Amino acid sequence: MKIAVCINHVPDTETKVKVGADGKSIDRAGVNFIINPYDEFAVEEALRIKEKQTGEVVVLSLGGDTHKETLRKALAMGVDKAVLLKDDTPRDSYSVAAALSAALKELAPEVVLFGKQSIDSDDAAVGLMVAEMLGWASVAVAVKVEIADGKVTAEREIEGGHEKVEATLPVVITAQKGLNEPRYPSLKGIMAAKSKPIEEKPPAPAQNRAEVVEMRKPPAKSAGKIVGTGADAVPELVRLLHEEAKVI
Amino acid sequence: MPKFQGVDYYNLDELLSEDEILVRNTVREFVDEHITPVIEKHYIAGTFPMDLIPKMAELGLFGPTLPAKYGCAEMNNVAYGLMMQELERGDSGVRSFASVQSGLVMYPIYAFGSEEQKDHWLPKLAYGKAIGCFGLTEPDYGSNPGGMVTRAEKKDGGYLLNGAKMWITNGTLADVAVVWAKLDGEIKGFLVEKGTKGFTAPEMTGKHSLRASVTSELVFQDCLIPEKNLLPKSGGLKSPLMCLTQARYGIAWGAIGSAMACYDTALNYAKSRIQFDKPIASFQLTQEKLVHMVTEITKAQLMCLQLGRLKDKNKVKFTQISMAKRNNVYHALEIARVAREILGANGILSEYPVMRHAANLESVKTYEGTHEMHTLIIGEDITGIPAFV
Repeated sequence: MKIAVCINHVPDTETKVKVGADGKSIDRAGVNFIINPYDEFAVEEALRIKEKQTGEVVVLSLGGDTHKETLRKALAMGVDKAVLLKDDTPRDSYSVAAALSAALKELAPEVVLFGKQSIDSDDAAVGLMVAEMLGWASVAVAVKVEIADGKVTAEREIEGGHEKVEATLPVVITAQKGLNEPRYPSLKGIMAAKSKPIEEKPPAPAQNRAEVVEMRKPPAKSAGKIVGTGADAVPELVRLLHEEAKVI
Repeated sequence: MPKFQGVDYYNLDELLSEDEILVRNTVREFVDEHITPVIEKHYIAGTFPMDLIPKMAELGLFGPTLPAKYGCAEMNNVAYGLMMQELERGDSGVRSFASVQSGLVMYPIYAFGSEEQKDHWLPKLAYGKAIGCFGLTEPDYGSNPGGMVTRAEKKDGGYLLNGAKMWITNGTLADVAVVWAKLDGEIKGFLVEKGTKGFTAPEMTGKHSLRASVTSELVFQDCLIPEKNLLPKSGGLKSPLMCLTQARYGIAWGAIGSAMACYDTALNYAKSRIQFDKPIASFQLTQEKLVHMVTEITKAQLMCLQLGRLKDKNKVKFTQISMAKRNNVYHALEIARVAREILGANGILSEYPVMRHAANLESVKTYEGTHEMHTLIIGEDITGIPAFV
């Protein structure tokens, strides 16, 4: 079985992000980049499917040379092949999905895994757009995946519970936290990854449909206010929460 | 505590390869997830976290520079050093475990062992199915190992060992001990398996340092070992000293890890601890301490990186390894002490890692060649005059 995983290279969750000089992108200086954490679940799941059923796992990433670091990590975890769709111009979810779906069409996997969202721009859109563009079934926010006899049975997280769904292959699945516990790349895996090539090619051309015009940080928190202490302060606190903060 | 982001004031990551960085980051993550959360508890209890052994083996932390045919990663010495740095950022005792297994057990079996010994032991040790220890130091022979009194005698069917070793990391845990003894006056290496008649390995107690690490005596009383357990290519004091060179190399890197943990803790603490209505990081005396720390860490990193590149080219001199071990451990201990000062009374609590690192580094400064002996080794190298014989 051929399984593809689309992965992204994103700022570390611990990074304190600053808005760049252009006012519409982040300042990348001094920022640590990591594999998108949800994509790590996707890679792990792909490896587990492969280990159960044999086959091949290919990872794809769309971006500049720095994405190779993340592709290399996936190779070290045990992925067989990596493809870099090399382009570091700013893209919206639509043009990312268009480029990925063109590459996936050519690759023709039976299962495509994504993280449920990329923690940089948080659109949570690319995986499902790709499924639409390919005309394939999609299962979003999956916490359990089983593949047998050309069919996927999956559990997905919904508000207040789980939903069990079935779909026929080919399918696009987006991974939620809890799907699995991603493995560490072993030191042997890291060394073995050095001899696995990263194929580089330009992505299919696609136009952005949305443009970032401004990026800003939320306003700094103003200082808190102590209304009073003890039970006497409760009526005033309730009044302020109701009338000023308008939260109750 | 915010997640550790590394200390790289001189952009030294630019000098590392992609796979070296990936090795470091992987071990860093492993330490943060599996060692840091449990280590203080083990340290206070005086126990080694045994459940880490299979996890460390799975990651490939044992003998990672040895050939792939033994199940090892076959990585270079810089990647190995970065691994040791991160392990010791967790705890010197955990790093010691990996150092002994890799540099003092797997290395001598690889370098001095027969093909049969290598095929039998190296995969087991790499996969953590066997634990090893290294017996050189004796109660009365520390800096002067050449004076050892442990003897081996050729008998029918093997060698008879008599003597005692002391300060042996992992001794009580070990399935196999690499023991150095004099056979007809010449130092030779022997493999002694757990359970061999006449061999006991009682644990030493009462340590105020390296508490999350097992330290033992090895006692041999008419202990008969089979002939095939002699390390055939070992001979003379040079053999165990070659092993120590491997282990000292890892320590030089490891000390950077301890220093980083202490600096990172002190820096975060100083920025958030308020006295006289401002963070103590705003006071000149605190800033001087932090600057001293990061400067010494940066110098140690530069030293180790070039040391590793030389080792990878087979050009390193053991005296250069002495210099890095001596310098880096000395400064790591100073950094741990100064970090404790910045943390004030909080510095002595197990809530912070600095007192543990400071106490550990007291041992690290002495073991694998004392600070003083490394001084004299370098002294002899530059003057041509040995000061200790």
